Amino acid sequence: MEWIQQFFNGISLGSIYALIALGYTMVYGIIKLINFAHGDVFMIGAFTGFFAISVLNLSFLPALLLAMIVCAILGVTIERIAYKRLRNSTRIAALITAIGVSLLIEYIFIYFRGAQPEAYPEVLAKETYNIFGAKISSQSVLILCVTVILMILLQFIVHRSKIGKAMRAVAYDQDAAKLMGINVDNTISITFAIGSALAGAAGVIFGIYYTKIDPLMGIIPGLKAFIAAVLGGIGIIPGAMVGGFLLGIVETVVSASGFSLWRDAAAFIILILILIFRPSGIFGKNAKEKV
Amino acid sequence: MSTNPLLHIQNVGIRFGGLRAVANFTLKLNQGELIGLIGPNGAGKTTVFNLLTGVYAPTEGEIFFNGERINGLPPYKVTRKGISRTFQNIRLFNELSVLDNVKIAYHSLAKHSIFSSIFRFPKHFSGEKEMEEKSIEFLKIFHLDHVKEEKAKNLPYGQQRRLEIARALAAGPKLLLLDEPAAGMNPQETKELMELISFIRNEFNLTILLIEHDMKLVMGVCEKISVLDHGQLIAHGTPEEIRKHPKVIEAYLGEEVGEEHA
Amino acid sequence: MKMINRFWKFMLLAIIIYTIIQLLITTEVFNLFYTNTLITIAINIILAVSLHLVIGITGQFSIGHAGFLAVGAYISAIVTMKLALPFPLALFAAGVIAAVAGLIVGIPTLRLRGDYLAIATLGFAEIIRIIFLNIDYVGGAAGMVVSRTTNWTISYICLLITLIVIINFTNSRHGRACVAIRENEIAADAMGINTTYYKVVAFVIGSFFAGIAGGLYAHNFYIIQPASFGFLKSFDILIFVVLGGLGSLSGAVLSAILLTIVSTFLQDYAETRMIIYSLILILVMLYRPQGLMGTREITDFFTSRKKNALKGGENL
Repeated sequence: MEWIQQFFNGISLGSIYALIALGYTMVYGIIKLINFAHGDVFMIGAFTGFFAISVLNLSFLPALLLAMIVCAILGVTIERIAYKRLRNSTRIAALITAIGVSLLIEYIFIYFRGAQPEAYPEVLAKETYNIFGAKISSQSVLILCVTVILMILLQFIVHRSKIGKAMRAVAYDQDAAKLMGINVDNTISITFAIGSALAGAAGVIFGIYYTKIDPLMGIIPGLKAFIAAVLGGIGIIPGAMVGGFLLGIVETVVSASGFSLWRDAAAFIILILILIFRPSGIFGKNAKEKV
Repeated sequence: MSTNPLLHIQNVGIRFGGLRAVANFTLKLNQGELIGLIGPNGAGKTTVFNLLTGVYAPTEGEIFFNGERINGLPPYKVTRKGISRTFQNIRLFNELSVLDNVKIAYHSLAKHSIFSSIFRFPKHFSGEKEMEEKSIEFLKIFHLDHVKEEKAKNLPYGQQRRLEIARALAAGPKLLLLDEPAAGMNPQETKELMELISFIRNEFNLTILLIEHDMKLVMGVCEKISVLDHGQLIAHGTPEEIRKHPKVIEAYLGEEVGEEHA
Repeated sequence: MKMINRFWKFMLLAIIIYTIIQLLITTEVFNLFYTNTLITIAINIILAVSLHLVIGITGQFSIGHAGFLAVGAYISAIVTMKLALPFPLALFAAGVIAAVAGLIVGIPTLRLRGDYLAIATLGFAEIIRIIFLNIDYVGGAAGMVVSRTTNWTISYICLLITLIVIINFTNSRHGRACVAIRENEIAADAMGINTTYYKVVAFVIGSFFAGIAGGLYAHNFYIIQPASFGFLKSFDILIFVVLGGLGSLSGAVLSAILLTIVSTFLQDYAETRMIIYSLILILVMLYRPQGLMGTREITDFFTSRKKNALKGGENL
């Protein structure tokens, strides 16, 4: 029953990746930018949650909500200050800026609070269920529930609401959307807000599940989530979810097979294979430059 | 007329997903001919060029150049076989000097190796010198030698078009493909361009295939014209024949063929 | 003839600089701290210039240069420490094996464009790091002890060779082919340039010199560890090229010198250094995306901007 256990661990890890990947994919879809700072938004989310629980004595849901709000504001601020004026420059210039923003957040945070890790308080009662002989903690069930609810909510926003329609329009053709009277700037900001809020939620969930957080915790999950987004087909929302879960399961299987030191390498190998053989990802369509 | 055409396109077609951009396209070009390829917007003219130069590989049909099958070859190999082109939306090496633009086209005709360049063997110097001299010759023909140190992007539009043709010629083609060379030019510039095209054709013994929207230019300079519509060849003949061809008139749907068509 | 003349002028200048600095070192005007800084500057210039060839000249955005630095560092350390062979041989081996790694990484990834290429090179650099992390022969995470052999003279010789090779390559038809790829890949292809070949060549030459820099780097400290060759190291190299101006060799050299001095002074304030670095990166991109020098070279200020030196823009 070892494998069912691993499968559930993989799902838990995967749901964190998926939540972060959604933000990557939404931002890439709308302004073709790999938002490197997204992993650091996730880190800020984890610390906000930590602060809310241990200092403000909030319970899980209010803490989650607070982290999401703080991250949404942070995401929009980054977009307005750094990325907005880069819309007409090269994608490489935008990418370099994003790398800069990412490092800036990390090291300003370290500068003011230090680099030491923090132990996440236990905010949820821990119970263990026995399913087919596998031990499943109540936490991983809760994580899965929260993730699924957020994803359904996101699908609803993107496909049923007016703002979702505007987001899809801007992603498809920014100029045409502008001509149709869509406020492109606001739409992009809202995309950042939603994506960052999801990363914030992922941060809190990560803290609860793995119990240890630190200022550089965003780098690796951020990169992995990006890989998940590429795996599913960047710019495609369901792709990010599937990619996230898939990557989580693959990594857990690699670790469980006794190659835990190779876990990170596995993710990067997947990335390179996907980029070389199917750069549009599992769900993507191929596009070629127009001559 | 030789029996072996320089370029023989046989029933060539390409699909992009469900879309058939070009279908069953056949065309023969004999050595020394100047043929125009016209058709309404979106008819697939540039796609034909992209198929010829290896940007796309045809999904059906065959292309023979000089008796050799060239479909599926990558663009740089096609160029080395002797087909070079200009682009509808000018694609110069913007930040480079006019001279360097032409030198780059001459690249594959030069022989000195990376090693001889890194260690500055005599071969490097003689090779570079030859490139420079040849490139300046080309620039002289196109009256661009006085701006050879300018960045390509700083040239006026008409000169950019000419530079693109000069660059294509420097690659040493037998067949030259010109994609709307007169687009955006004023009547005076267009007239000069027509003269230039006739001149280089004789001077370099070239075969030319030309896409053009400017009917005056096409009718004036081309011996034969092929008309493409919806990816299909609908007519082929002399300018006179094309002017009267019912299918061509229908394709242009009342647009006056032969007069100021932009 | 003019070209040959320029070469001897360059060599003369190089020898003068070397003599002055060597004098300062032997007369102990420069203490160990200054000498160390000079060695670090030389290593960083080699790294900056080798990445400049890939990003600035060929326009291929690689952010995994530290991977090749790691290969060079470990290979050279194995040659001197495990095989007990001489240091110059170790440096050469470091370059060759790093070039081979560049070939292996380059062939599949250089078909990708723009940000996809960036991510793929980042991924490969991480894989290289993780491989060293998992090899017990080189000490795994604990790293490998290396004796300190790098000195000012050998660093300077390596630096000169790097500069000469990369300048000569750039100012030839091969370098022009690379710039053509940066400027407009489709047009370069249509002009008969084998774009994949030249991208790989630039990448391999870049990796070769990154490997040499790795050899110098490894023998400049007493220990090398996989953790020193992570993404942050790649970022350190990237910032030289970006700040100097994408496409300007002298810009890359200048910013390597400048930033090495800055970070030497901030050695004990790692966070402050990172904050300054990241701010530089953001501000340069927002307000001066062409970098300090744009695509100009320092020689342009002296010669009356004639010579058709290879120039090019920041459009990658």
